[in-house]
Amino acid sequence: MSPLLQGIVTVIIGVGGCVGYFFLSNLILDKVIFPPRADNPGRNINRANLVRPWLFLFPAMAALGLYLVYPVVGSFYRSLFNRSGDQFIGFGNYTTMFSDDGFQIAFFNNMLWVLFVPAAATFFGLLVAQLTDRLKWGNIAKSLIFMPMAISFVGASLIWKFVYANNADIGLINAIRDFFGASEPLDVLQVRFWNNFFLMFILVWIQTGFAMVILSAALRGIPEETIEAAIIDGANPFQVFFKIKVPQIMGTIVVVWTTITILVLKVFDIVYTMTGGNFGTDILPSYMMSYMFRDDGRATAVAFVIMIVVLPVMIWNIRQARAEMR
Amino acid sequence: MDNIAGTKSSLTWAVNLSVIFLVVLWLIPTVGLLVSSFRDRDQISASGWWLSPFAVEQNFQAKIPAGEARQDGEFFVIEGNIFSGGEGEVIRFGGARSNPTVAAAGETAELTRDRSLTVQENGDFVYRSPAEISRDPSVYYSTATPPDFSLDNYQTILFSNNMDIAFINTLTVTIPATIIPILIAAFAAYALAWMDFAGRGLLIAMVVGLLVVPLQLALVPLLQFHNSIGIGQSFLGIWMAHTGFGLPLAIYLLRNYMVGLPRDIIESAKVDGATDFQVFTKIVLPLSFPALASFAIFQFLWTWNDLLVAKVFLPSNAESWVMTVKIADDLLGSRGGDWGILASAAFISIAVPLVVFFTMQRYLVRGLLAGSVK
Repeated sequence: MSPLLQGIVTVIIGVGGCVGYFFLSNLILDKVIFPPRADNPGRNINRANLVRPWLFLFPAMAALGLYLVYPVVGSFYRSLFNRSGDQFIGFGNYTTMFSDDGFQIAFFNNMLWVLFVPAAATFFGLLVAQLTDRLKWGNIAKSLIFMPMAISFVGASLIWKFVYANNADIGLINAIRDFFGASEPLDVLQVRFWNNFFLMFILVWIQTGFAMVILSAALRGIPEETIEAAIIDGANPFQVFFKIKVPQIMGTIVVVWTTITILVLKVFDIVYTMTGGNFGTDILPSYMMSYMFRDDGRATAVAFVIMIVVLPVMIWNIRQARAEMR
Repeated sequence: MDNIAGTKSSLTWAVNLSVIFLVVLWLIPTVGLLVSSFRDRDQISASGWWLSPFAVEQNFQAKIPAGEARQDGEFFVIEGNIFSGGEGEVIRFGGARSNPTVAAAGETAELTRDRSLTVQENGDFVYRSPAEISRDPSVYYSTATPPDFSLDNYQTILFSNNMDIAFINTLTVTIPATIIPILIAAFAAYALAWMDFAGRGLLIAMVVGLLVVPLQLALVPLLQFHNSIGIGQSFLGIWMAHTGFGLPLAIYLLRNYMVGLPRDIIESAKVDGATDFQVFTKIVLPLSFPALASFAIFQFLWTWNDLLVAKVFLPSNAESWVMTVKIADDLLGSRGGDWGILASAAFISIAVPLVVFFTMQRYLVRGLLAGSVK
């Protein structure tokens, strides 16, 4: 059977199975286990309503538990074992990893990514959101800047491989250098340290649209009276922006910033496609992938380090969500 | 806010110009890729894509037939036209591979061993040699070739490089991985939004927490799990994995939307005797269409563009490569220098997401806002 056909069958079985499960389980609950008849209809209805939420939740909770909760524990457990997984070595993977040069470079680069990408993407996003706010063709401009969001990291990397190409007749960067009189083309991806920023800019290019959409909505939500009052009091456009608008959308800026930060810690595609982690550009996710299938102990240890880095954001998110529900 | 007092017209100009600048900056890389994907591979390496509407100076080689040599005094001379009857315009020429464009058209190039070569703009040449000419001498010349746009790259990549298989594989991964989580999440979201039970707050907090769990953690344990239950690396495995990874966002988005539905409708339906199941299927689900669409677009883009999950959960052989893996692991290695092929492959892989993006942008934006602004 061809995979596509298999896929269609899976959709039918999956969707049919889900609908069937929910329908039948509700039916059995209402008609067989707690029918609203017999001696005690009221009590039966109440009992059925106690059980029903768990019927609705069960498939989702099972999938979440298996695919996201169990791996946190499972990965940590696996990271305590050696390469082949048959010998317990405690924190051995972590100690060898921390003293590994490759890990230190990857960790340092990842910190650069975490600092630079969210800052730059939020900055450009805010800039575009503010500039297009009153433009007639603002929506078209926003839509075009938003477009890279639809492009895969691999596709985006290829797009930028053209820009960075080590040839003045292909790469835009080298064409510009050539125009200003540079004699030899330069492979920007091999310039130590700065090559990290060339890779980061690809992610900034993708994520600016995201920041822009959200910040633009936040700017629209600012009460107009505050702006009018400031203008009447003689504030110039820059003062209006920095002293009136930015403080009022600070909460949104923080949300955008943290969302992009989380994303940065997951993206391995760009480094993998552009340099394969060579020339000192490795980051934690790509460092992990270089051990995946080879040394699962080390790979899971790297994954757990990423988890530790993400943990503060996770706790902060949960606290925010709980505060809202009250 | 169009007519607020204090808006300055000079500033409006600056704003327009800087937005144009930013848009152009953001578009240029993609435009470059699109243009390059239609160009001939020799033209790509001969001139930048930004010069593609103009003629390209390309180098060619021609052989002069030694048999046509005649003796002229102490020299052996061959005359003729390098285009051999065709049309063309020589810009520069030369007689050695090491320096193929040593002289401009109309000049005489002095070659080694006292030989000389003259080529006119229309292709007429005179080749003189003091010794007898035994082998056909080569002439190198550059001429302006008109821009050459074609679908050749697309044809090559689709029909002789298995990109068509990769395209179908991507589609195969994407469709079930988009549809199935929606259904599972919708029921859970309804329970979390409109049903009262102990532990609801805790479950919502858990979903919010799981939103940011790094995917990397799941790879090793789940692959082991799939191997142990006999799924191994397969399409079934990747569908299940994508379903699991997509659920937190799906539940979160849908719950946030469903909570905002008017309480009156749901309560009056219940008063009229509707069960929770009926309320869900007949009222909440149809009303939640915008949120369902937002999530569907997210999940579609995410699964279509994914490289990591496909690398780990699908077998690594050419028959099951999805497009991202095909480009990153195969084409970039084997076709590394063939920019036309790479560009068309990239464009094939991003074409569908771009269409989805531009047609359903409204829902995407709404989903982003529901998912983040809180």
